[in-house]
Amino acid sequence: MSDHPSAPAIEAKGLVKTFGDTRALDGIDLLVPAGSVYGLLGPNGAGKTTAVRVLATLTRPDGGSATVFGHDVVREASAVRAKVSMTGQYASVDEDLTGVENLILIGRLLGHRKPAAKARADELLAAFGLTEAADRQVKKYSGGMRRRIDIAASILNTPELLFLDEPTTGLDPRSRNQVWDIIRSVVAHGTTVLLTTQYLDEADRLASRIAVVDHGKVIADGTPGELKSSIGSGTVHVRLRDAATRTKAQEVLARALGAAVEPDADPVSLTARVEGSDFEASTQAARALSELAAAGIVVDDFSLGQPSLDEVFLALTDHPASAELETAR
Amino acid sequence: MSTAATSSDLQTVYVPSPETLGAVLAPGARPPRPSAWSSSVTFGWRAMLKIKHVPEQLFDVTAFPIIMTLMFTYLFGGAIAGSASAYLQFFLPGIMVTSVVMITMYTGIGLNTDIEKGVFDRFRTLPVWRPSALVGMIFGDVLRYILAALVILGVGLILGFRPDGGVIGVLAGIGLLVVFSFAFSWVWTMFGLILRSEKSVMGVSMLVLFPLTFLSNVFVEPSTMPGWLQAFVKVNPITHLVDAIRSVMSGSPDATSIMWTFLWSAGFVVVFGFLTMYRYNRR
Ligand SMILES: Nc1ncnc2c1ncn2[C@@H]1O[C@H](COP(=O)(O)OP(=O)(O)O)[C@@H](O)[C@H]1O
Ligand SMILES: [Mg+2]
Repeated sequence: MSDHPSAPAIEAKGLVKTFGDTRALDGIDLLVPAGSVYGLLGPNGAGKTTAVRVLATLTRPDGGSATVFGHDVVREASAVRAKVSMTGQYASVDEDLTGVENLILIGRLLGHRKPAAKARADELLAAFGLTEAADRQVKKYSGGMRRRIDIAASILNTPELLFLDEPTTGLDPRSRNQVWDIIRSVVAHGTTVLLTTQYLDEADRLASRIAVVDHGKVIADGTPGELKSSIGSGTVHVRLRDAATRTKAQEVLARALGAAVEPDADPVSLTARVEGSDFEASTQAARALSELAAAGIVVDDFSLGQPSLDEVFLALTDHPASAELETAR
Repeated sequence: MSTAATSSDLQTVYVPSPETLGAVLAPGARPPRPSAWSSSVTFGWRAMLKIKHVPEQLFDVTAFPIIMTLMFTYLFGGAIAGSASAYLQFFLPGIMVTSVVMITMYTGIGLNTDIEKGVFDRFRTLPVWRPSALVGMIFGDVLRYILAALVILGVGLILGFRPDGGVIGVLAGIGLLVVFSFAFSWVWTMFGLILRSEKSVMGVSMLVLFPLTFLSNVFVEPSTMPGWLQAFVKVNPITHLVDAIRSVMSGSPDATSIMWTFLWSAGFVVVFGFLTMYRYNRR
């Protein structure tokens, strides 16, 4: 089992995994360079968790192959295990145990002697703001605290590759920001992170490359900028003071943006997709706003947003992700 | 620990600091991989902690054996051996085996519910000796078996059980029971991994345990049974175990049944340990 210093963090070729009639993975190819955050973006049921489980040696693929730092995930599973840690979608700590007991347990299993494991646990609890909760059972933790103890357990021995499966799903915005800051620190330190998420903005903020997954296949990949520009860089939302001005506003906007403008269900709202780079989009949006004013239309709210995951999906697959997203927990 | 601080208080306080996080991320020297024994003992420690945090789970190793002992002693005692006290000398080792072997099924149920939660995923990504998570779990269960055996012994002594083998004989008997139960637990780890729900594990356990414990020499001497039943009772590992324990507790160890007990135990570990690990690695 020799090491491959120049090997990518992950290289997967044609991974297939079926559960009965479900093809959870239907030929996934991934190339994850070492030293950055790689985002796996997809709706619920896309196959993200299955992909992570195969790469973390928890599930055997039915077809295809994958290596982690050059080690085959099936044939050299223990070499892979020595380099990775995983924070699963659902708690991967023991909820009956306290925070400090969980960390000591993992520390002991990684070969630390009792005093060293205790010292390491205390140090991690402090760094993750959990010192006061150290002696409380994890089942009594809030969602954000659970995530933190889980990630702390994953970096007990700093891994070369960290899997984070939907680390912020279900968290409030503040806890989400904390997790993002933690991920940034982990990567700054040199660990490669494979992050799965249902949120484009999360992948956009953290990942240097993103693979969009749907029905067990990678349907697009690239940098966040490449992905966004491939589908138009954003969406303009306009809310008017007066519903009667909507038809007029629609014409003005369509002309100024050179794009199709859709009336929303709300009778005072309009939405348009803008093409081009972020900069082009914002200049176009600014022009559209002044033209609305020139035409005497009163605008209460005007925003230029990123395309949502739903819009990305619509553009990439011609089917919306929202039906599946609604079943997300 | 401060009880005033609620989880939301703690969250307002916490701001991840790149410096502090950077410091804990600094790779210290990685300790060598722990030995198979050491990681198994660590998992055993986890089982102890679970008992500490969820002491209700000791109910089935205390209340259940007491009820079994009292019920069978007074229910069958008079009818079978003339008096409850005389029956007890014959019956107590048997009821000890029945109760403890019945309790082994909680190993499967426990594993089944445990594995549904994510923590086993983490265990399975750790670079440790693979069976240690299960071996450690069974170590924890062994403690429960010992507790159950001691509870039954206590009840028996109160009711008038007076073993001729003395302290040594009784301890040797409990030792045999623990060895066998440890080995037999691997049957349940296999079912705990194969079957989908806690309920089905329970169902299968009952299906196996009832014939195994009742169609044995626990309650009555096999000589009173029809021939075809005697044939089954004779090869039943529970019969060998009960014979072995009765013999050591009464101070006249029977080498044949002790040997059979060890052979059966080794067989269970090898066969079901292998099947369990096969499943565990391929889940
Ligand atoms: N153990 C399993 N048994 C049966 N079906 C499964 C199992 N795990 C996943 N699936 C199915 O495989 C598909 C992909 O699931 P998953 O990888 O969990 O997606 P995601 O993590 O993107 O939400 C889903 O249709 C899911 O129902
Ligand atoms: Mg998932």
